[in-house]
Amino acid sequence: MYRTAKGEEIFVIDGHTHFWDGSPANQKNIHGKQFIECFYAYHSNLSPPSEKWDKEKFEKYDAKTMFDDLFVTGYDDMAILQPTYLTDFYKNGFNTTERNSAMKKSHPDRFILNGAFDPRDGSKGIEELHALSDKHKLKGVKLYTAEWRGESKGYKLTDKASYQYLEAAQKLGIKNIHVHKGPTIIPLNRDAFDVADIDDVATSFQDLNFIVEHCGLPRLDDFCWIATQETNVYAGLAVALPFIHSRPGYFAHVISELLFWLGPDKILYGSDYGIWTPKWLIDKFMAFEIPADVTKETGSVLSMETKTKILGLNAARIYGIDVEAQKKKIRAGGGYAHLPEAVHAPR
Amino acid sequence: MTGSDDGAVRPIGRSSDDRQAQIWACLQTVMDPELDESVVELNFVTRADVDSKDRIHIEFRLPTYWCAANFSFLMADDMRQAVSRLDWVKGVHVVLGEHMYADKINAGLAEGRSFQETFGAEADGNLDELRQTFLVKAFQRRQVALLSHLMALGQTPREIVSLTLAELGNMPLDDAGAKLVRRYLERRAVVGPVHANTPAFVDAGGARLEADGVPGYVSKLRRVCVNAEFNGALCRGLLAARFDLETPFVPRSKTRAASLGAGPVP
Repeated sequence: MYRTAKGEEIFVIDGHTHFWDGSPANQKNIHGKQFIECFYAYHSNLSPPSEKWDKEKFEKYDAKTMFDDLFVTGYDDMAILQPTYLTDFYKNGFNTTERNSAMKKSHPDRFILNGAFDPRDGSKGIEELHALSDKHKLKGVKLYTAEWRGESKGYKLTDKASYQYLEAAQKLGIKNIHVHKGPTIIPLNRDAFDVADIDDVATSFQDLNFIVEHCGLPRLDDFCWIATQETNVYAGLAVALPFIHSRPGYFAHVISELLFWLGPDKILYGSDYGIWTPKWLIDKFMAFEIPADVTKETGSVLSMETKTKILGLNAARIYGIDVEAQKKKIRAGGGYAHLPEAVHAPR
Repeated sequence: MTGSDDGAVRPIGRSSDDRQAQIWACLQTVMDPELDESVVELNFVTRADVDSKDRIHIEFRLPTYWCAANFSFLMADDMRQAVSRLDWVKGVHVVLGEHMYADKINAGLAEGRSFQETFGAEADGNLDELRQTFLVKAFQRRQVALLSHLMALGQTPREIVSLTLAELGNMPLDDAGAKLVRRYLERRAVVGPVHANTPAFVDAGGARLEADGVPGYVSKLRRVCVNAEFNGALCRGLLAARFDLETPFVPRSKTRAASLGAGPVP
């Protein structure tokens, strides 16, 4: 919960968090080592110096640390756990639905647990999706279309197999399809982070929402065009948001383009925890204004209303969260006891 | 890079220093296709020298272990082609370091195979198509920078779209403007034929811009720039987080490439 100087309460849903184990003990090979090191480079490069973690903490943090960083020190009210399996790189996987489910189990009112599927797993994968959905009552999944697997260089949402999985998801009530279209996570081929396949499936599956994580970066230009044409395509701000500290000018351009092309109802905040932490991201975001010269170009303004939507209301809408009821639950569980009466005045 | 501190342009000699300067000057022209910035300026190249048998050895690294295999291959291939233009070269060895597919890429490069041949069924589409896509993006980015500059100088859309390539080349502009023109002209041929009397400003399909449509056109292209700048910032940051960039690995002769006048201005 973020309280403004005027005493307004902003309900925050963090659209992108992980409970991972990238520790050397869990690394299966050099790729596992390089993977967590790459994440650490993102963390080191884009965090303010005071927010930088030791490598060891970054590799593996415990449940209490995560809870505190998100909900006690940080302003998150709820967080969506997005899995990243990477079972080829990590013995027990990096950040599986199973591992994340421990957080959900301990704090059911705080977390939304998402699953995953890979259309290359065939009919067995569809059965597993059913089982995963039955077990965890999934409302969303996270997909990595660019993941190389054996001889496969990735897949497209337009593949026949992907359609079968999306149809299955729709039947299971999994409405929110988060797709990683962002900076390289696995070596990619020419089209793997192309956002064009989103365009096609968003038209075919009008009842599903497609949240393009990392707002299509490094293909923001193509993404904006697609998202404009589809009513059910959203932008996830993870990775874009931390630039608010190191490169506020670029962040201003990115957010103003997103507001111009997608509008304020289609953008979702995400910290990408543990790469970055909600406290500083939201402090900076609340204090941020788009510079006049950029507003002059795009007409985009980051008003309080827009910030409120990005930080929580948009995610609440697509995940069917009743904000007032949820606040009551969290308050009843003592979740706001730590909040000082004082406000969080933007720095 | 600018200026020739030591004065006149010297004739290209046979000494190893001069040769190294020539190599760096060639590499200066190789761009990261996504960022439209020189691989030298981006600090990707860690070694570029020539052995006693006139063979060139180039080593480079990228901001992450995961950078796209096809882009990595493309840059390596471009580097090989760029230095192969030097008439004294007897062989070129390009080696990519610290990359998930370094071994595969390096073996492909060493044997002179294409990306497709190197990655077989995993690769789809050839690199020429990829190269073209990003050359068009580079064209658009350079064009919108120039259009914005000209409009800021008070040129009307009507005046701008009526310019021929010759007229654009002869416009009296300050250094910043002249640099934008030069960079734009380097990529103008990507989208259509270039003659002195052809329109200076065409779209990616080669069609002349319409005066009425210029503001909307510029606003659309702005996304290409925002995207590229964002990627550039990310890549530089990740490279700096991954490698020690403070320790100089570039021999002094690199800086002399500029004074030979061989490298384009990035």
